[in-house]
Amino acid sequence: MLFRHRVRVGALVAALVLPLAACGGDQAGADSLVIYSGRNEGLVGGLLDQLEDAVGMPVEVRYGGSAEMAAQLLEEGESTQADVFFSQDAGALGALSQAGRLAALPADVLDLVPEKYRAHDGTWVATSARARVVAYDPAQVAEADLPANADDVLDPKWRGKIGFAPTNASWQSFVTGLRVLRGDDGAREWLTAFAANDPQSYKNNGAVLDAIDSGQISLGLVNHYYWYERVAERGRDAVTTQLHFVSGNDPLALVNVAGAGVLAGNDSSDAAVSAVRFLLSEQAQRYYADTTAEYPVTPGVTSTEHDLPALSDVQSPDIDLSQLASLQETLAMLQEVGLT
Amino acid sequence: MAAVAALLPLGYLVVRAWEGGGDTVWRVLWQERTLALAARSIGLAAAVALACLVLGVLGAWLVVRSDLPGRRVAGTLLVLPLAVPSYVAAFTWIAQWPSLSGFGGAFLVLTLVLFPYVLLPVAAALRSADPALEEVARSLGKSAPRTFMLVTLRHIRPAATAGALLVALYVLSDFGSVSLLRFDAFTMGIYTSYQGTFDRTPAAILGCVLVALALVLTAGERRARGAAAVASARGAARASAPVPLGKARIPALLGVVVLVVLSLGVPVYSLARWLLVGRSAGVDVPDLLAATWGTVTVSGLGTALTVVLAIPVGILAARYPGRLARGVELGSFAGHALPGITVGLALVFFGIRVAPELYQRTPMLAFAYAVLFLPLAVGAVRTAVTNAPPVLEEVSRSLGKGRLATQLLVTMPLAAPGVLAGAALVFLTCAKELPATLMLRPTGTDTLATELWSSTEIAAFAAAAPYAAVLLIVAAVPAVLLDQFLRRGGRQ
Repeated sequence: MLFRHRVRVGALVAALVLPLAACGGDQAGADSLVIYSGRNEGLVGGLLDQLEDAVGMPVEVRYGGSAEMAAQLLEEGESTQADVFFSQDAGALGALSQAGRLAALPADVLDLVPEKYRAHDGTWVATSARARVVAYDPAQVAEADLPANADDVLDPKWRGKIGFAPTNASWQSFVTGLRVLRGDDGAREWLTAFAANDPQSYKNNGAVLDAIDSGQISLGLVNHYYWYERVAERGRDAVTTQLHFVSGNDPLALVNVAGAGVLAGNDSSDAAVSAVRFLLSEQAQRYYADTTAEYPVTPGVTSTEHDLPALSDVQSPDIDLSQLASLQETLAMLQEVGLT
Repeated sequence: MAAVAALLPLGYLVVRAWEGGGDTVWRVLWQERTLALAARSIGLAAAVALACLVLGVLGAWLVVRSDLPGRRVAGTLLVLPLAVPSYVAAFTWIAQWPSLSGFGGAFLVLTLVLFPYVLLPVAAALRSADPALEEVARSLGKSAPRTFMLVTLRHIRPAATAGALLVALYVLSDFGSVSLLRFDAFTMGIYTSYQGTFDRTPAAILGCVLVALALVLTAGERRARGAAAVASARGAARASAPVPLGKARIPALLGVVVLVVLSLGVPVYSLARWLLVGRSAGVDVPDLLAATWGTVTVSGLGTALTVVLAIPVGILAARYPGRLARGVELGSFAGHALPGITVGLALVFFGIRVAPELYQRTPMLAFAYAVLFLPLAVGAVRTAVTNAPPVLEEVSRSLGKGRLATQLLVTMPLAAPGVLAGAALVFLTCAKELPATLMLRPTGTDTLATELWSSTEIAAFAAAAPYAAVLLIVAAVPAVLLDQFLRRGGRQ
């Protein structure tokens, strides 16, 4: 009995340790470019795979969530092996920039995009954009009745008929945009009126679209690419929902961005800048437009796959995009008006 | 080393929390929202622990002691929910019932994935109990229910409270499922601090509160275990006669079936549906194999390290209970109460400064698992060593063997099944871990959990389903082994 146990323990330990002794790998170092990507591998993996040719050295990509990676980069400080941070939103880039962890990008890279899509201090640049849209059920809503601005959504005729995703980052940055555009009092007023209109809450943008597709609600406040993702997954005929783009200096016309920056004190500075330049190349911009249905940010690139209106036609409000993180104040306000 | 593992996250939290000075600490703590969140989390932890106690004890009794039809199969099926990561359970429940949310939703989902933490140790205790005690009680004229209350319950109390403690700590540290179910828990405050303002100081202060809560709970559990643990006598091992359920047989069977359907059936049904409706379906076999291999290797090494660290602590706690053993054992629970992101950041903070050559390499990830899951292994080792008769060690010592040789040659083989059961529990928990894995895995290494996360983030559920399914299987293997080990342990 004792002997049998000992054999079992020995075999188990050997089974655990032996394969691991063979494990290992090369240390990431000066001879490779390390990218921390807060953007999802399924979205941008195909693009980053092409990066090696563009920068002329081996590339290692680490995937994670943007906010968690920003915290990790702050914690790693100057010892970080990361050369480039590719972020899902401008807020995470803004936090790193504020902590002095991002190096200024050269003017020729910054000048590739319009001024409103880059940091004021030149430490990061937007690589693609996404727009807030109103999704609607064409069977219930005539085009003429669609809301022309955020205040139209408060009309009693939409009572109980609007869907939103209160825990989603896209909703939270919309509310932050609302606060930036209208001030805290104006935002609170709008949110209180919105809450009084009995909006239906869902766990995410996909569920909002589900509810419109099935006719439970008429309108939904979502980001544009969720709809394109859905069409790509299910086919155009299986999706009845349509998109309505609001324009003008209105929170419903908000455009948020994904972007990239180069870490200060990195060991492959030229290659890092080349990588950012690559993310703004026509090839990369077309990739966003065709594959992820995002808006290209460099002028002149359009999608060949999706029926996207041009970004220059979406008249988005003019605000500092790095303020669009899901700030604590935004969450506190949502709590206060009971929209969580 | 075990003490370092236990104290590392605390060190990090103190460094980060004090960065802002005493004023900041006070300002963050003395907020209505902080207090409200703490109250909500404690409430949820208490409710889930209580529900798990009831389900776990009843379930264990039914599969071990009663004449429930198919109780062997039921025994295995009721352990399997351990293999379901709580965030997957939450996802699949919401997929079926989108309106499920808040306290009720979190309570339901967490109870359904966590009750095996109570059921397993209680079933083991029931199997090892000496039926003579119960027979004496019956012969003295006590009814069957009274015997259960007076004798059986007392015997299983240490196992039940230890399981309930793990449940409560899990609920306190969980973020994945409570956030999906839109329950504003204490971890939400911590994540909001990282994600909303990128400010690590409030997050660290809140982390300290979580650790304090964990210590209070752990100390409370120790008290509840207390006298009962000493009083449980072990007599001659023999199987006790199954208690006939009589008229209660059908309702009991129905109850078990419902529990299995809710805890296992719902996730499995949802995964199957994702595979069928989505267009992103299509299994990338090499990726799936690579991720499976990744999970098996990092979790395997993590388990080996955790168990190696747990053995001395467990032996100390069982044989030489002193201040050091108690301190380390208590401290090891701190890591278990913290969300993975906090433990991950603690290791980033120390790892890149102390051992940069190991940073983002497999050994450091294994160490992170040890920090997170040490209590699971320590508990198993302690129980196994406690149950090994000390008289055999004394014989060995009297025959001239040294203390270390005795531990290696006598105590460990006797405790091996229990230790291996602990290893199985640690392995399946490592396999499900996500936040620390994302931060510390070697660049380019994927695990089933990271691939699953990656696909669900972009709503490619059909692509996620094969990873979730394999993760369930990889975690189910040790769950079944665990069950087998404990069954065998009971008959020794």
